[in-house]
Amino acid sequence: MTAQVITVTSGKGGVGKTTAVANLANGIAMDGKRVVCIDGDIGLRNLDVVMGLENRIVYDIVDVIEGRCKLRQAMIRDKHYQELYLIPAAQTRDKNAVSPSDMIRICKDLRADTDFIIIDSPAGIERGFRNAIAPADRVLVVTNPEVSAVRDADRVVGILEAEEKGNPALIINRLNPILVKNNDMLSAEDVLDLLGIQLIGIVPEDESVIIGSNRGAPVVTDPKSRAGQAFRNIGKRLQGEEIPFMDLEPQSTLWKSIQRMAGGRK
Amino acid sequence: MGFFTRKSSASSAKERLQLVLVHDRTDLTPTELEALKDDLLKAISRYIEIDADAVQIGVERDGRSQRLVADIPLKNVATRQRAG
Repeated sequence: MTAQVITVTSGKGGVGKTTAVANLANGIAMDGKRVVCIDGDIGLRNLDVVMGLENRIVYDIVDVIEGRCKLRQAMIRDKHYQELYLIPAAQTRDKNAVSPSDMIRICKDLRADTDFIIIDSPAGIERGFRNAIAPADRVLVVTNPEVSAVRDADRVVGILEAEEKGNPALIINRLNPILVKNNDMLSAEDVLDLLGIQLIGIVPEDESVIIGSNRGAPVVTDPKSRAGQAFRNIGKRLQGEEIPFMDLEPQSTLWKSIQRMAGGRK
Repeated sequence: MGFFTRKSSASSAKERLQLVLVHDRTDLTPTELEALKDDLLKAISRYIEIDADAVQIGVERDGRSQRLVADIPLKNVATRQRAG
């Protein structure tokens, strides 16, 4: 096998990059693939807590780069999926500890026996972002249907175009179907029209995402969660499957049960 | 503004973003765009008479690319002679 390297970025902070990485990695690992996540946010380590692996860290990515450990030693195995690993960020303040060529080398070493390498980019368009996109075969841009997030996403897409990083795909995260229906939130169509890139998934706003992060158990493993379903679908699209987009029309539970009854009578 | 006439916040978000993205992508401020329009019209007016009031110049989006679109009506000879 030779891994596909996927970098998740956004420009603006707080739109759900780390949550997306944790969920996509778990979702793809659920499908039996071998996945390695890399936390690219040096100095602000976060992916470990979202994945529930914070107590298992011994070595980090800077230890690998500076030769204090072997790459394998910095790969933390997930609690639930045997084939899911995390390479944590360092908490060092020296953001220059990692370079784009270091990232390319680490990914090259991992490629041979991994299916997916998923890199969590830091916010912004500085060094950490450049490191994160350097080894990418594919870039996913996460945004929220909100003016500042869309504007920053557009800046990032512009840089990716200038760097000839291929066509990025868009994840619209935290879409609230009721606000969209009341014309008080940009719709997925609006965001796509503004940014002019391909869509890979729409994740509805869902309280269970926070509950999952609280527990260090990403929501993708919760079969009842709508956001979890959306992330499972994106994971399958990354594996090359054609999965239709979810219907995000707001529906009352009463209406849903009527539909179920009607469907049952057929 | 009454409740029923209020424009939805989603459409103001979209309109504002459309404008701001054009400027971000072209690195052209509204002031610079105005200056560009003035220079363009001055240059054209040296060769041919134009209907300055009906001129429309703006940056339009086309997917991820932008184009400067100018609609510059010319005064035809008959109009010019009558005017003269």
